Amino acid sequence: MQLAPGQCTSGLRHAVLPISGTGLAYRRAGRAIIDGVDIEIGSARGVVVILGPNGAGKSVLFRVLAGLLIPDSGVVTWGGTPPDRQRAQRIGFVFQRPVMLRRSALANVVYVLAAAGVPSKERLALARHALEQARLLGIASSSARNLSGGEQQRLALVRALVTRPDLVFLDEPTSNLDLASTVAIECLVRRACDGGTRFALVTQDLGQARRLASEVIFMDLGRVLERTPVDAFFRSPRTPQALAYLEGKIVL
Amino acid sequence: MQHVGDALALAITLIGSLDPGLFEIVALSLEVSLTAVAVAGMIGLPLGALIAVGRFPGRAVVITVVNALMGLPPVVVGLLVYMLLSNSGPLGVLELLYTPTAMIVAQTILVTPIVTALTRQTIDDLKVEYDDQLRVLGRSPLQKTATLLWEGRHSLLTALLAGFGRAIAEVGAVIIVGGNINHVTRTMTTAIALETSKGDLALALALGLILLTLAFAANAIVMTARINAHQPVYG
Amino acid sequence: MTRRTRLHALIALLLGLASPHALAENPFIVVQSTTSTENSGLFGHLLPLFTKKSGIDVRVVAVGTGQAIKNAANGDGDVLLVHDKASEEKFVAEGEGVERHDLMYNDFVIVGPDRDPAHISGESDVIAAVKRIAEAKVPFISRGDDSGTHKAELRLWTDAGIDAKGQSGTWYKEVGQSMGATLNTAIGMDAYALTDRATWSSFKNRADHKIMVQGDKRLFNQYGVILVNPAKHSNVKHAEGHAFIDWLLSREGQEAIAAFRIDGEQQFFPNAAR
Repeated sequence: MQLAPGQCTSGLRHAVLPISGTGLAYRRAGRAIIDGVDIEIGSARGVVVILGPNGAGKSVLFRVLAGLLIPDSGVVTWGGTPPDRQRAQRIGFVFQRPVMLRRSALANVVYVLAAAGVPSKERLALARHALEQARLLGIASSSARNLSGGEQQRLALVRALVTRPDLVFLDEPTSNLDLASTVAIECLVRRACDGGTRFALVTQDLGQARRLASEVIFMDLGRVLERTPVDAFFRSPRTPQALAYLEGKIVL
Repeated sequence: MQHVGDALALAITLIGSLDPGLFEIVALSLEVSLTAVAVAGMIGLPLGALIAVGRFPGRAVVITVVNALMGLPPVVVGLLVYMLLSNSGPLGVLELLYTPTAMIVAQTILVTPIVTALTRQTIDDLKVEYDDQLRVLGRSPLQKTATLLWEGRHSLLTALLAGFGRAIAEVGAVIIVGGNINHVTRTMTTAIALETSKGDLALALALGLILLTLAFAANAIVMTARINAHQPVYG
Repeated sequence: MTRRTRLHALIALLLGLASPHALAENPFIVVQSTTSTENSGLFGHLLPLFTKKSGIDVRVVAVGTGQAIKNAANGDGDVLLVHDKASEEKFVAEGEGVERHDLMYNDFVIVGPDRDPAHISGESDVIAAVKRIAEAKVPFISRGDDSGTHKAELRLWTDAGIDAKGQSGTWYKEVGQSMGATLNTAIGMDAYALTDRATWSSFKNRADHKIMVQGDKRLFNQYGVILVNPAKHSNVKHAEGHAFIDWLLSREGQEAIAAFRIDGEQQFFPNAAR
């Protein structure tokens, strides 16, 4: 049993996609973390991946676009209108370190459904189904905080997807995980993608980028330098910074 | 130090013989302090959480003041409440002076800052961990507060215990506003003060030992509840 | 139930828990009195007799004389029962009390350690005794709290021509506490102290302290009882207060006072005007 697209978000008339930012800037400690970024994501199906060396501003950009950070200048819009709390539920976010509530795995998923306004008699069944689909039903009644890193991150993704959001931000979701968990996460992403959910991914794993993404946005020093389809990017990046990155020259 | 041996024997005798006088003061101590902690909790838990979650000018000042109020001297609180409830004071018409209710009021004033300050700290720490995640779920500040309060329930229980410890142990406030009236407003601590001033140190110490046992028991009960809570029981 | 009714029910429940004693109470009066009368056990003996006869509960707030008078002046009591005639007469003169009545007397004694460093044991002249204490500069613990006992003690120093207060902190120490706490300190410091006989008789922490000086007329300690002025404080229960005072001054009350004994010895001597 699954929610029909838009089932828990019926009544929210405005679209959230595309998510766009114009002239975004964010400075901290005298440094420009993002600097004059114009970007639009979510207008096409599939996964868009943001690549770049550490300190390029990728995570901060995600947070600004998701409405978690207010930029120092520039404007963020969701579907043409400013971000608001109601529509935030239609955008998911998976953090690098999973944030688990002090309750069971199942209860974590139920919490998200309750927050989305799903009627209480449907929550348990929906949650169980979601865990089952991700092959996590076995740990449903375990305390979420006592799960392994891989299980927690898979749970975080299940939690983000259970309300059928329009787009999910994935901020280095597998950088702390073992191979098996990484594979499981990528499988979940692919399946959700097929079901219509769009993704924005930040990763340092170039293989993952190639496996999942259809489009690459390359950032360096707070700026967007390139935006190309994935195969073209890896075959022949246009900018010298991208080239250097791929050749492993930039270590910072 | 021979008092200690006598005190121990006396304490056991008092408990064993189900001394009605003893049970009267124990019951009153518990009634006053538990009620005070309950009211302080109803005020301090949401208040502390809202200060933690909220953004408003002067927030740092508020936090400093609440923390400082944890050190309110009981005897000063007693004096202030006495002046409020005295027949020549603004709330004299309520006729609350020298009643257990006055004692509850005084202890509530003592305990609320403790609960508020510790809640604020707990929620502030949890906020760092949970804030982004709750915001992406579209939670309002009120909903965030409720979730964080539940997440922090173990630390908050400790905060309530700290408040209870303060209340059950103080004498300065309850003796002024309660008057230490026999059979009406005499608690364990005021009885200890009385017996000390009568030179009956063994009895005073015996009551003190019983009071300590009560405090231990309260903490043990809470500890047991916490240990049980760590078993997975959801789902 | 809506959330609002649940909230109201909770508040009502808590208030109900907080004042269970408000339900079905006996009539009662509040008496502001001193620690010496309470600690000796006199009230424990006397009050049940009155309550049995009148059905009125007597709630005693036992504090230092100064505090008792101040409380009564605030209207926080119906009857004042202390032992400082000068302050009591001032209380009435200022309109705080209706009328002062002599109630009973006992006496003060000086207690001290068995080894008696000031050599005053058995001395019949209390002024000579305190002079010797001051000259020997042996520790003396004063209540220092404006109580009846304290004021009586100060009069002794004045009559002896000694400025004890001026030497406060040396051999003369003011503790600002009740009689019992003061005695505890005196025992702990092997010092002398002035106390009323009833408190000493019922005091359980005597160590090796004994009565050193007694019997001098200047150690006479008069207790008075006053009804707090209902004209000034409308909350005063003047019918019940009157009933209590009348009973204390009556033959029955006076006999009850005389009947109170510690170790077989009478502690308070009734002397109400007939």
